[in-house]
Amino acid sequence: MEHKREYWFDLGLLTAIPVRGARTVQVPRRDIAVFRTANNEVFALENKCPHKGGPLSEGIVHGRKVACPLHNWVIDLESGHATGADHGCARSFPVKIENGRVFIDMGVAAAA
Amino acid sequence: MTSPDKCRRKLVVVGNGMAAGRMLEELFARAPGAHDVTIFGAEPRVNYDRIMLSPVLAGEKTYEDIVIHGDAWYAENGIDLRRGERVVAVDREARTVTSSAGTVAPYDELVLATGSDPFVIPVPGASLPGVVTFRDLDDVEKMLEAANKGGSAVVIGGGLLGLEAAAGLALKGMKVTVVHLMPTLMERQLDLSAAYLLRRAIEKRGITVETGANTVAIFGAGKVEAIKLEDGRTLPADLVVMAVGIRPNAALAKAAGLEVRRGIVVDDHLATSDPSIYSVGECVEHRGACYGLVAPLYEMAKVLAARLAGEEVAGYAGSITSTKLKVTGVDLFSAGDFSEGDETDEVVLRDPSRGIYKRVILRDGHIVGAVLYGDVADGSWYFDLIKKHADVSEMRETLIYGQAFQGGGAALDPISAVAALSDDAEICGCNGVSKGTIVGAIKAKGLTTLDEVRAVTKASASCGQCTGKVEAVLAATLGAAYSGSSRKPMCKCTDLTHEEVRGFIASKELKSFPAILQELGWKTSCGCPTCRPALNYYLIAAWPGEYRDDLQSRFVNERLHANIQKDGTFSVVPRMWGGLTTPAELRAIADIAEKYQVPLVKMTGGQRVDLIGIPKASLPNVWAELLAAGMVSGQAYAKGLRTVKTCVGKSWCRFGTQDSMGLGVKLEKLMCGSWTPAKVKLAVSGCPRNCSEATVKDIGVICVDSGYDIHIAGAAGLHVRATDLLGHVDTEEEALEVCAAVLQAYREQAVYLDRLYKWSEKVGLDAVRAQIIDDLANRKALYQRFLVSQRAVRKDPWAERVAGRELHEFMPLAKLDIIPAPVEA
Repeated sequence: MEHKREYWFDLGLLTAIPVRGARTVQVPRRDIAVFRTANNEVFALENKCPHKGGPLSEGIVHGRKVACPLHNWVIDLESGHATGADHGCARSFPVKIENGRVFIDMGVAAAA
Repeated sequence: MTSPDKCRRKLVVVGNGMAAGRMLEELFARAPGAHDVTIFGAEPRVNYDRIMLSPVLAGEKTYEDIVIHGDAWYAENGIDLRRGERVVAVDREARTVTSSAGTVAPYDELVLATGSDPFVIPVPGASLPGVVTFRDLDDVEKMLEAANKGGSAVVIGGGLLGLEAAAGLALKGMKVTVVHLMPTLMERQLDLSAAYLLRRAIEKRGITVETGANTVAIFGAGKVEAIKLEDGRTLPADLVVMAVGIRPNAALAKAAGLEVRRGIVVDDHLATSDPSIYSVGECVEHRGACYGLVAPLYEMAKVLAARLAGEEVAGYAGSITSTKLKVTGVDLFSAGDFSEGDETDEVVLRDPSRGIYKRVILRDGHIVGAVLYGDVADGSWYFDLIKKHADVSEMRETLIYGQAFQGGGAALDPISAVAALSDDAEICGCNGVSKGTIVGAIKAKGLTTLDEVRAVTKASASCGQCTGKVEAVLAATLGAAYSGSSRKPMCKCTDLTHEEVRGFIASKELKSFPAILQELGWKTSCGCPTCRPALNYYLIAAWPGEYRDDLQSRFVNERLHANIQKDGTFSVVPRMWGGLTTPAELRAIADIAEKYQVPLVKMTGGQRVDLIGIPKASLPNVWAELLAAGMVSGQAYAKGLRTVKTCVGKSWCRFGTQDSMGLGVKLEKLMCGSWTPAKVKLAVSGCPRNCSEATVKDIGVICVDSGYDIHIAGAAGLHVRATDLLGHVDTEEEALEVCAAVLQAYREQAVYLDRLYKWSEKVGLDAVRAQIIDDLANRKALYQRFLVSQRAVRKDPWAERVAGRELHEFMPLAKLDIIPAPVEA
């Protein structure tokens, strides 16, 4: 029987990510942006705006959204969907915080 | 007293705190007389209300007032209370516990209610006499004893307990400082706005608040005398209270071999890994969560009592917690999830004049969190709606006004709502202006604009928060005759314009984000990408050296000191003062370009070399090498001074009248690093032939035989505009002073993102000339203020980064070339 494999990879301390900012994680097939909101929630999206591929990790984080630095598309951190009149979606990945450390599910993040 | 009975089950409870007490109360109500109960309590007292220790410290209550279960209660229920006896061991085989006094008590069921221990930060001197925690009555007595002698107290920890301790000690006459590691008080329970109001209230009590402060040592000969902070400061202290948090007390459980993580691990029925041992209260870890508030403990106590009484009940499913601070005169409430939100999932109400802030956070039509400050009357109503997971979409519009407001019919649009108000309804709280007064003024004096109403009635002239309402009064009074305003609010977060916000920042001395958002009644909890960069700039411009730049409110280019390109790489432009360079600099740039395989090297329009296509992670190394060769950041990314372009001038050119290169270099050295509303470019031409194109620059100097013509407000971008001649000066010194004064006036007066020509067009060239050319004293004052603000930005941003500031941000958090094999579940 096929069962879902979870592989939580330790990315280090939450405090290594600036509040209302992001850091990246490089895996062979993609760059992933790991965001930290003002309320210390974390979200992970492929570091590529659905518009023209801008690095979302460099955008201004506000609430649970990020504004892409290239053309100001606003992307929802939870779903990866563009908000407002724009359409498109950045892929999102499972992340969690445990004991002040951030973990990403490599089973998903590193998959094809 | 009931006598021991062989049929009754032997219940031993370790711990005589609030969780144990409540559990027994519940148990006796459900199954009276079914258990023989023995309680071991480490404190030599009966069960008292620990959360009321703050009022005892403040002198508002006595120990007697906070006793929950007096001696009579223990006697009535046949409880064998072993006061001051600590349980030292549990024998799970024999089902007995052993106390410090040597008592061995057998049990059928054992309940561990060992609570938590205050966390003592492990710094040198932490065990000195005079260093206390804030956990039990003994601590309170020690604090009161110290307070009676007066002197200084330092409270380490700006959470709930720390602030209550600080308020109590201040009330007792001590000079109190709260030292808090995090940037804002009570960060786990409050958002920034509420934390700002709280800090203000705490400081009003004469308590000093140090946030972002880390204690590294405690000093004293024989007793505590001072503490030392990481920044090197020492604070005198006759008393140090550690209130930095609690840790579940799970040592006994661990020694007994029970499963312990952060706390004693229990299932939904509060059973530990040994089915005849239960645990309840602050010592447990349930579904990964530990609790330090009373409500969850009582919820657990109820479930455990039912279980011990043999009832079939739904298990404990975890708690949503709410917080209130018990400091007289400070009303705050927070519950649930109050993540930073935006306009789509939060409702914010601020009343700056009364110091009120309310925020309700919604998700999918349900309230998930609430933060209230100043007026907490509806806290329990919101908390109830959160716990019930009630659908509130129907009352969303009026939700923030509270329970009393519900059922009041459909919400009106703002104009009809204002039209429906009576004449004596207050519109402007700051200046006490009623609707009738405004309507009367509009009719009597024929007012048609907001500014006129402000000038005549003072309505909305203080904090500006009622601007929307005043406009609605105008619209309702004038009807179709009101053309609406040409005013453009800054963004969706406020009705105020940029100019108004700038004005208030100066007049009300608003020095932080939370101060602006609260005092000017922002409609969102923390701004948006439109207003945040603008406010950050206004704060920098208004309070140089005092306000700390908020990097996360800056666009990427200014945050990383490089220009982002379409592929996510960056460009690097070293400064070349006045457009001058040397063979050594060029050689270094060439070497760096080759070493880092820079894809494109290009000359810019501002006489600089641009290295384009450098990945983020390489930036610090590239900068380090440029710095080593004597170059600094060219700030080609900044809304600030970018370049001063020069022509050769009289040192070489046969037409040159003055030293244009020299002046250009001086101007650039004077102005570099300054932040401005939008980018600023200068040029100096050595003669009216104007080879450096000074007449399309923000500020252009054209040298003539008799001195210097200063031009301003040119542009050559999206909009092309030739400069206006501001005036003529005779000396280089004056030229520098006038240029800097223009820049400072622009910095102080312009709307964020307006180029200099836009500002000049808005205020008028004559007005600019009046304040800089005609009014010499004003020019000098502007110049001095510019020099002051420049002192704050004298560090080269590249050098700071290379030296390690936020350097880690340039590196990925993790880099995995090969994915390790997943661990089989």
